[in-house]
Amino acid sequence: MWDYTDKVKDHFLKPRNVGELEGANGVGEAGSLNCGDALKLFLKVNENERIVDASFMTFGCASAVASSSALTEIVKGMTLDAAAKLTNDDISDYLDGLPKEKMHCSVMGQAALKKAIADYRGVQIMAKPGEIVCECFEVTDLEIIDVVKANGIKTTEIVTDYLKAGGGCGQCLERIEEIIESVHSKG
Amino acid sequence: MKIVYTDNNATTKTADEVIQEMLPYFGELYGNPSSMHTFGDKVAKKLIQARQRVADLINADPEEIIFTSCGTESDNAAIYSAINAFPDKKHIITSNVEHPGINKFYEYLQKNRGYEVTYVPVDEKGLLDLDILDKNMSDNTAVVSLMWANNETGVLFPIEKIAKKVNEKGIVFHTDAVQAAGKIPIDVKKAGVDMLSLSGHKIHAPKGVAALYVKKGFKFSPLLIGGHQEQGRRGGTENTASIIGLGKACELARENLSVMNTNVRELRDYLQTRLLEKIESSSVNGDLDQRLPNTLSIGFDAVEGESILLMLDRDGICASSGSACTSGSLEPSHVLMAMKVPFKSAHGSIRFSLSHYNTKAEMDIIVASLVPVIQQLRDMSPFWKNGKMV
Ligand SMILES: Cc1ncc(COP(=O)(O)O)c(C=O)c1O
Repeated sequence: MWDYTDKVKDHFLKPRNVGELEGANGVGEAGSLNCGDALKLFLKVNENERIVDASFMTFGCASAVASSSALTEIVKGMTLDAAAKLTNDDISDYLDGLPKEKMHCSVMGQAALKKAIADYRGVQIMAKPGEIVCECFEVTDLEIIDVVKANGIKTTEIVTDYLKAGGGCGQCLERIEEIIESVHSKG
Repeated sequence: MKIVYTDNNATTKTADEVIQEMLPYFGELYGNPSSMHTFGDKVAKKLIQARQRVADLINADPEEIIFTSCGTESDNAAIYSAINAFPDKKHIITSNVEHPGINKFYEYLQKNRGYEVTYVPVDEKGLLDLDILDKNMSDNTAVVSLMWANNETGVLFPIEKIAKKVNEKGIVFHTDAVQAAGKIPIDVKKAGVDMLSLSGHKIHAPKGVAALYVKKGFKFSPLLIGGHQEQGRRGGTENTASIIGLGKACELARENLSVMNTNVRELRDYLQTRLLEKIESSSVNGDLDQRLPNTLSIGFDAVEGESILLMLDRDGICASSGSACTSGSLEPSHVLMAMKVPFKSAHGSIRFSLSHYNTKAEMDIIVASLVPVIQQLRDMSPFWKNGKMV
């Protein structure tokens, strides 16, 4: 069984701010059904760019629910600029930590937040250069090539540790292996 | 809080009768069964009885039973022995829904010993594709090994039919019957298997004791090379108390076999019917007929298994999930994926596995807890709206 902190258990069993938010003007989604984790985040932002209310809908394990609940509590009252600087560690710290295998849940929170802010501001998040290899965590071939080169990575497991790529449904693991091979064969 | 234990495919309660039978052999009867004195011989005599009891559960002869430390050891020893018997043959056939206790060993043989492994697929009901099995058996095949009952879904493979096909080709046949033993009638003579694994802790014996049936005449090579114990087929001073416990558990399992296939089956069916009735968009994983009497794997659309389990846990209910999140990887179970169970219900699949200790009142407790739990999680899910999947 996972060694969840009391905070995680509390936010899982009594999640705060669940459901669609009426009058939300910034909505962001991250994750997918296939990967077993998905979050839809709703923000209500006032004319001073301050988040006056937030809510979420989450499909996923206990730490995904707890991370989403924590995220909504953290961002309420924040300015958009401050919220944009939040990292996944802030979410995990708020919950007194997550098991390392569950850190992707906090990453999902941060990703949804970024998208919700972009949605409010009406900006398109620039599509990342390169071609998406890992659909679950939206990692591109260029990103994988970069870390493989920079760190001399030889196995897909290490790529997953760095980028999470391949840690979801696993369908892209063969492709990642090919990328690793091609990087090393080119020298 | 009272515990409702419905995770018997993971492990079982050690029966009180088993504990009583074992106790003296932890205490005053601590002798070594190999010793040349009456004190040790008392234990040796008791081991003879235990071996007979295990043999009786599967209609084997006592000399055909080797005691081991766990189902995993029995599985490993069987495959190891089969490939040693035919060192020139470099091909193994199994299925894609086997337990890691044997699967990981194939991966090792594939990676490090140059073996080719054929994983025969299953269909959406978890039933084996016998044609593909037929087509892949060749002169190069050292062993065919297929589980009798699946631990996650309870789906049964037609072992007697398969053994016949494999025997006709003169290939060694092993079956992992860890989940089948004590739940359905097993007759190794009639089935015609060469080797069969069973494990104590799945049938109300303690953890850490198991058995491997090896058909008379098979050239067995030991995994643990050491003393003369188990006729030189498994070195190491016997785990006497546990083996005695396993013997008692096998005797009880034989007596309880009809209860398992009447009362326990009825309880399982009752739970299944109630859950399907009360929770929309739910579905059973695996064939409804070719299935262990105690196992129910049921998927709920748009919710995730770990969350369900932890909410059940809050209510004192022990079950298990085929879901990813519980095991550390993020993928849903390889068994449900092999059956092509859609992601929408695979992630939200829960396994209830019963024993004769369960009651109808407990099934009602599960239903009463699970109905609002699923509702609560669906209310939270972005994939559920107005009573259906979106
Ligand atoms: C089908 C199957 N095979 C093998 C095993 C391994 O048995 P043990 O836990 O005794 O090593 C199990 C138990 O988890 C099982 O369900």
